Amino acid sequence: MMYFKAFLVGGLICLLAQVILDNSKYSPGHVLSGFTVAGGILGGLGFYDRLIAWAGAGATVPISSFGNALVKGALQEAGDRGLVGVLTGMFHTTSAGITAAIVFAFFTAVVFNPKS
Amino acid sequence: MVKVKQGTTEESAQAAYTELVKKAEPKPPRLRNALYAFFTGGAVCLTGELITDFWEAVLGVSHKRAGDHTVVTLIFIGALLTGLGVFDKLARRAGAGLAVPVTGFANAMASSALEFKREGLVFGVGGRMFQLAGAVIVFGVTTAFVVGVLASLAQYFTG
Amino acid sequence: MVAKNRLGLQTVRLEHPPTIKAHAAVAGPMEAQGPLGHEFDHTYADLMMGQQSFEKAERLMLKDACHLALERAGLSATTPEIDYFVAGDLLNQIISSTFSALSLSIPFFGLYGACSTLCESLSVASVLIDGGYADRVLCATCSHNATAERQYRYPNEYGGQRKPYAQWTVTGAGALVVAAEGPGPRITHVTTGKVIDMGIKDPFDQGAAMAPAAVDTIYAHLSDTGRCVDDYDLIVTGDLARFGREMAVKLAAERGLSLGETYKDCGVLVYDNTKQDVHSGGSGCGCSAIVTCGHLLKEMERGKIRRMLLVATGALLSPTTFQQGENIPAIAHAVAIEV
Repeated sequence: MMYFKAFLVGGLICLLAQVILDNSKYSPGHVLSGFTVAGGILGGLGFYDRLIAWAGAGATVPISSFGNALVKGALQEAGDRGLVGVLTGMFHTTSAGITAAIVFAFFTAVVFNPKS
Repeated sequence: MVKVKQGTTEESAQAAYTELVKKAEPKPPRLRNALYAFFTGGAVCLTGELITDFWEAVLGVSHKRAGDHTVVTLIFIGALLTGLGVFDKLARRAGAGLAVPVTGFANAMASSALEFKREGLVFGVGGRMFQLAGAVIVFGVTTAFVVGVLASLAQYFTG
Repeated sequence: MVAKNRLGLQTVRLEHPPTIKAHAAVAGPMEAQGPLGHEFDHTYADLMMGQQSFEKAERLMLKDACHLALERAGLSATTPEIDYFVAGDLLNQIISSTFSALSLSIPFFGLYGACSTLCESLSVASVLIDGGYADRVLCATCSHNATAERQYRYPNEYGGQRKPYAQWTVTGAGALVVAAEGPGPRITHVTTGKVIDMGIKDPFDQGAAMAPAAVDTIYAHLSDTGRCVDDYDLIVTGDLARFGREMAVKLAAERGLSLGETYKDCGVLVYDNTKQDVHSGGSGCGCSAIVTCGHLLKEMERGKIRRMLLVATGALLSPTTFQQGENIPAIAHAVAIEV
């Protein structure tokens, strides 16, 4: 059942992005940045976690979850350490993704060559 | 020969032309793109759920922890497909279905790093890696900062 | 006091029309698979062409086209008796042309006209020769899909979707030896374009951005020379592609010009839209270059075209101007060629 919900929510988020891309002059960069900000705001309001609980990977895999994770990390640490926690806590959960992206991108560049 | 209508200002001529272009511009196959985006995006997220279950079982970690492993796995796959020259061909059809999941982030980083390797490891790979993906990080972090500060201040003043 | 060879506002009538003594076109794999593939003098199997980078491959194409043209003109490639090398391309600081000029060792004028460079260089060459300042000039231009993508748009492996009106930068180079005397098609008139901005902002919609410039130059040419559309067997634009061509026909009609069967576009001719995934069609300096040097001039030599108006079009944007929210201005240069 979770599989179906993940498929549905993930698909809908991507569908929304596609509709925006096809009906406006916004670039993918704009849309993805917008989704990240949206994920952050929804995360701050507490809605994104509910979506994750319901749809699992359907909510954690899209880029919007990156915004949510950054906000959650900031809020969690801020709860423990006060205002400075906003700065120290942000990358707690997201560091895996960013580090992986940097390292894998680097090795991709070393191993492969661009074609067309 | 008939000349351009006298009395039209440059601005209204521009406006008239851009209107003409907007109406005549061929539109993308919107329904087809939407369907492809939905099914590909759904499939990628479904795969993510399967991968999470896999890591949960294999590593014996909680479902939540396994989510981190899933993100890393999907990034690896995105980078690999980019290096193999396959990602861009798939994304031509799938559109947002591959761009919105974290695979798109991996592709943005890997394709930039790969493209600029000719300019060397430092200036090319290192310097240009974040060219496309940087915006997402900048906006994500800034949003988290603003939300974090606002929430902290709200808590401070109310509790 | 008007200079004696000037006609109207933008045209020069060449007193001693220079001849196109030799021409050569080389192209990449996609162009080889297109409808004109068999017309090119040499095609490469892939975009790297055995070089270390795409930029070096583009340079190789330009040099190869130049060497072939020089050979055909009966001139040596090592000590060519050429007075000027007039060339340009799309890359920052026109490095394909400058580095090729380095190896050719001919006095060099570098040009930037974006995709209008072919006609810009033919224009400069023609006035240099007609004015008695040169006997032989080598003109050349080139473009490469991967170098254009990585400079102007996205990394080549980036998974973005292209809009249906987007164009595909041609991988190819064309070179011509223009001479004061000898047999061959002759350049009779040169019409120099003005930069035109009709409000287009989308960098993927270059056809629509360039169409007004093309129509403006064609109109200026016809009105300066007193000719009409039917005086030409062929009016051909450089790279408006399918959608841009449609806009050009509409704009021309608004000015009383009826562009019909005799109006073609190199961006439409160079690819087979039904089989190749090129959306609106081809673009780039190489587009007009390979279609002209590989096909159109040969058609003139075969007697199928007697008088042709070649109108190369260029979109004069840069990533900076686009990101700063500016419109896309464009220019079109025309040369009239007849046998």
